[in-house]
Amino acid sequence: MSALPPDYLEYPHRRRGMDQDLYPWRPAVERAPIRWPGGASVAAIVVCVIEHHTLTPAGKPFKPPGAMVTPYPDLRHYTTRDYGNRVGVFRILDALRQAGVRATFPINAAQLRRLRWLVEPIVAEGHEIAAYGLSTDHIHWGGLERETEAAWVAEVRARFDAEGLKPRAWLSPARQQSFATLELIAAHGFDLCLDWEQDEVPTPMTTPAGEVLALPLSNELDDRTLLIDRRHSEDAWAGQIEEAVEFLKAGADRFGGRMLGLTLTPYVTGQPFRISALRRVLSRLSQDEGVWTATASAIADAFAKA
Amino acid sequence: MTHADPNLYDDWPYRDRPRIVWPEGKALAFWIAPNIEFYEFDPPRNPHRPGWPKPSPDVVGYSQRDWGNRVGQWRLMELMDKYGLRGSVSLSIGLIDHHPEIIEACAARNWEFFSHGIYNTRYSYGMDEAQERAVIEDSIRSVQTATGQRIRGYLAPALTHTERTFDLIAEYDFWYTCDLFQDDQPQPIKTRTGRLISMPYSLEVNDVITYGALAMTPWRYADVLKRHFDQLLEEGTRSGTVMCIPLHAYLVAQPHRIRPFEEALRHIMGHADQVWFATAAEIAGHYRAHFWDQTVEDIARRGLATGGAGFAS
Repeated sequence: MSALPPDYLEYPHRRRGMDQDLYPWRPAVERAPIRWPGGASVAAIVVCVIEHHTLTPAGKPFKPPGAMVTPYPDLRHYTTRDYGNRVGVFRILDALRQAGVRATFPINAAQLRRLRWLVEPIVAEGHEIAAYGLSTDHIHWGGLERETEAAWVAEVRARFDAEGLKPRAWLSPARQQSFATLELIAAHGFDLCLDWEQDEVPTPMTTPAGEVLALPLSNELDDRTLLIDRRHSEDAWAGQIEEAVEFLKAGADRFGGRMLGLTLTPYVTGQPFRISALRRVLSRLSQDEGVWTATASAIADAFAKA
Repeated sequence: MTHADPNLYDDWPYRDRPRIVWPEGKALAFWIAPNIEFYEFDPPRNPHRPGWPKPSPDVVGYSQRDWGNRVGQWRLMELMDKYGLRGSVSLSIGLIDHHPEIIEACAARNWEFFSHGIYNTRYSYGMDEAQERAVIEDSIRSVQTATGQRIRGYLAPALTHTERTFDLIAEYDFWYTCDLFQDDQPQPIKTRTGRLISMPYSLEVNDVITYGALAMTPWRYADVLKRHFDQLLEEGTRSGTVMCIPLHAYLVAQPHRIRPFEEALRHIMGHADQVWFATAAEIAGHYRAHFWDQTVEDIARRGLATGGAGFAS
């Protein structure tokens, strides 16, 4: 007696191409080459996430990276994360300014008002603000009721409106989505998404509410993943970024311009002993003629013309 | 009832803060916190967390920590003597009874003691107010009796807290807590009474984290300490910073690690003209006397003072 129903061996999406309709299949060798401004081979986007972790996460359906670990009140992890937003991020802002790099800062909408003192310098220094869901603990996922998710996205837009900010780009908490997330963010005016990394170039995604352009962030170069989860050294992290830049530049003749998406977490890279590695990375990106560092919107605009 | 935010301190962005200058115009206040701990062979069960990760007796865990007390501690002490550095001891108070020789050796060197609970295997989770008061009173009394010192600092055992911890230690006239990691400068803590500050202690360069969680090699740890120091020293010329190296002899004093650690110390000692080598109580005392008010005023001026005290709803 089989425990599985007969249709378990039916494959309704078994066909050439993708098994979803968000974007078509296209191997890298068949892309039309992109030309970035100034003839750069690599468009580098630096994404610095401003996230708040509460003492009492619901953790549904899972605890987001960086959530509390020990029993309540886990002041150890609460204050360690908080360090990033009050101290570490200012080291990152200084390093960006020194290198002349404009970054993209996704912010949890629920923290916008409280973090006004951080939003102001980010905007004043020419960086782009993006939405980062409501909070780290509001995770978009397949088990979420559509009405609930729609209300969350609407509230995110309303909170940015209330602060006079009009972000185009969206990053989901924990980079997790439901099947409806892309459509819902498109319906609320977000036409850029930082969750998907299915290619090394921007990828248009189709939703019933309009198009969303996916700008890839490299999960495999994420600072928290490499420096904390995988325990790489700061120099090894920086070296891997430099390696990626070199490799992508060398292939520009065959493949055209490509993207490199780097995520920075203030409580990780903003530590005193790590900031010199970030300065090394930013200095390299800004001095390399083959690299164009730009914000999400700038890359999207250039992609539209390319 | 639990609270999403502790409200123990106000938001206070690092940029453009009023200047802190340490004694003799120094830019960075440097202190070393040797954790001198006692872990029980067979601790009682706390429902919120086991005493050891493995069932008692956890022979490797227990004996390595005992190695720290009978071998490592003395090695670390001699190294610090060589550079004229005094420690601020994060003390399992019960160790006073178990190993009085260590206490005498630290006291003879004019080191400071602060409380790290009674044992590092007795957690604050689930304690009622009377129990938490008993731990604090035991800490004050035991160190006073053994050394004549009145302790002024607290680091909760194994970093376990209750919502009451900070109000209680402030009430007992503690000057600083090492339990909060939100900053590289001290900051007033919002307690109902007293004048308690958060003292930068750093989990990031704590040898438990660097050798345990981050699995660093000894020479990489030395490199991390140097980079950490260089950055905080540079920033300290704008407004004085604090760097603490929290240590555990059972880790840092291992024969394969002590020389790399000395290398880092030598680097730091090479900047003696800009560094105030102090104990935590000296830093806390100086800060409370000279910079408490300017911090409170700056937070208010920025419109960031939210009032209330920790965990008050």
